[in-house]
Amino acid sequence: MLGQQIINGLVAGSAYALFALGLTLMFGVLGVVNLTYGFYFAVGAYLALLAAGAGAPIALALPLAAILAGLVAVVLDFLLLTRLRRTRAPELASLMVTLGATLFLYSAMSALLGSEIRRFPAGLLDNGAFALGAYRISVGQILIVGTAVLLSLGLVSLMGATRTGLAMRALAENSDASELMGVDTQAIMRRVSFLSGALGGAAGVLIGLEYNAIAPYMGEAMTLKGFAIIILGGLGNIGGALAAGLLVGVLEALTAGYVSSVYKEAVGFLLLVLTLWVRPQGLFGRPGARRA
Amino acid sequence: MAQIDDFLWTYQNLLASLGVNGLLALSMYVVLAIGQLSLGQAAFMGLGAYASALLTLKLDAPFPAVIAASMLVPAAVALVIGAPTLRLSGVYLALATVSLGEILRVVLVESDLTGGALGLSGIPEKAGLPLIFACLALALVAFTLICRSRIGRAMEAIREDEIAASASGIDLPAYKMAALVASAMLAGLAGALNAHISSFISPNEYGFDAAVTILSFALLGGIGSPFGPVIGAFILTLLPELLRPLHDYRLVVNGLIIVFAVLFMPHGLLVWPIGRIGAKA
Repeated sequence: MLGQQIINGLVAGSAYALFALGLTLMFGVLGVVNLTYGFYFAVGAYLALLAAGAGAPIALALPLAAILAGLVAVVLDFLLLTRLRRTRAPELASLMVTLGATLFLYSAMSALLGSEIRRFPAGLLDNGAFALGAYRISVGQILIVGTAVLLSLGLVSLMGATRTGLAMRALAENSDASELMGVDTQAIMRRVSFLSGALGGAAGVLIGLEYNAIAPYMGEAMTLKGFAIIILGGLGNIGGALAAGLLVGVLEALTAGYVSSVYKEAVGFLLLVLTLWVRPQGLFGRPGARRA
Repeated sequence: MAQIDDFLWTYQNLLASLGVNGLLALSMYVVLAIGQLSLGQAAFMGLGAYASALLTLKLDAPFPAVIAASMLVPAAVALVIGAPTLRLSGVYLALATVSLGEILRVVLVESDLTGGALGLSGIPEKAGLPLIFACLALALVAFTLICRSRIGRAMEAIREDEIAASASGIDLPAYKMAALVASAMLAGLAGALNAHISSFISPNEYGFDAAVTILSFALLGGIGSPFGPVIGAFILTLLPELLRPLHDYRLVVNGLIIVFAVLFMPHGLLVWPIGRIGAKA
């Protein structure tokens, strides 16, 4: 029982980790609390649903949905935030504009697609499961963990070993200085938007598969949880976001199994409040310096 | 007179929401005025609403005591949330207060004392329109006076540049904590007034959506003076009523209006600051 709960928690947690990864990237590099991030999550899930409905196998539907969600992110970032960046508007203005956009996007989505819960067509995934000793792991769960591992390894090596990654880290540190050093900040911002939108979209497909429920507002609750996770992990800290995502997934599974499935939703937030008291910089973060 | 009574009776709910939302906008303003962001205003409101409703329903406590409790309970919670987070950058307070809202929602849904997901109903209508608008007017006058004083100057200095303000001898932690506690008390008061005029409260009224709505009051109106947020609250309370014929697309249009308002007026509608006592123009 306990072992199975932990396995299920790790599976959900790896989808959380993927979601948090995109969010921490967007927040860390672009420096904006972008609430539309949850929309890419829902868009990814719906696009995969659409593709699967048209007969595409999951191996095609998942990457397609992620790439399209990434493109949506680039377009939305351009429409909503370029003007504010150019005029150096106050930080809260960009939060506010993404807020209005989320209101618009979610309600347009549910007006157009209906707000009822949709499910993936039966037979999209093989129903089989592997027995690992006494534990069962389904094909879907393997797909989730596999995708999450693959994408996070990809992102970590992109950030650590390429010129684009270096430019992204420079931008996260100081966008004015990196522009003076010859970084094409506009291009890098577009790439960051694409990557985080794609990660969010992929996470949406995976969570949609895990719970087999897709609804327009699924991104909203997830965004809040995602913010809790990236603070737990230390803002902008990629490894921290991964670890915190897994931790929250496991704790949620244990709470659902042993306490109550309603309290499950509060676990991440409770952990966050407790953590802020003990280690305000997050479980894996470094204390930030105050700079003028 | 009969026409005025008729008007008041027909639009009583709308008028009450105008007053309550005005108070909530001011509660948001206090925090924004020192450059912090709280997304827990709805939770503070919910704490005030539930504390007051429970006192009235279960203990039959006198109304003034109920109102006092509705301000003290959120204030205590604000101290707990603020102590660790106010020392960090603004984002932490925003996200810790989001957590507060989510935890509160789950607890309210699970607890039998608070009526679970159904909420509490049959709360006597002890708060009338005169009381609500008196509170709003009082709060507006108080904030206007504060804005014009030394405290208001300090708050503006913190908002513009924390480090410079701190170097000029402003006690940052004290100001931030005071602002958060004042804002929690005001939101709690708004919650109690609302509970005692609408006679029914449920956990869903105090979720993230509500927090976001309260924030948009203040940002749409602009935080240059306390009047901006109140005007923003009035506009955004009336807007959905005016857009009612659009049905499903109401929120769509509402969202678009916020987007365009922020893109073309990033500092809000009302940008003129209040003059100060002794200020040379």
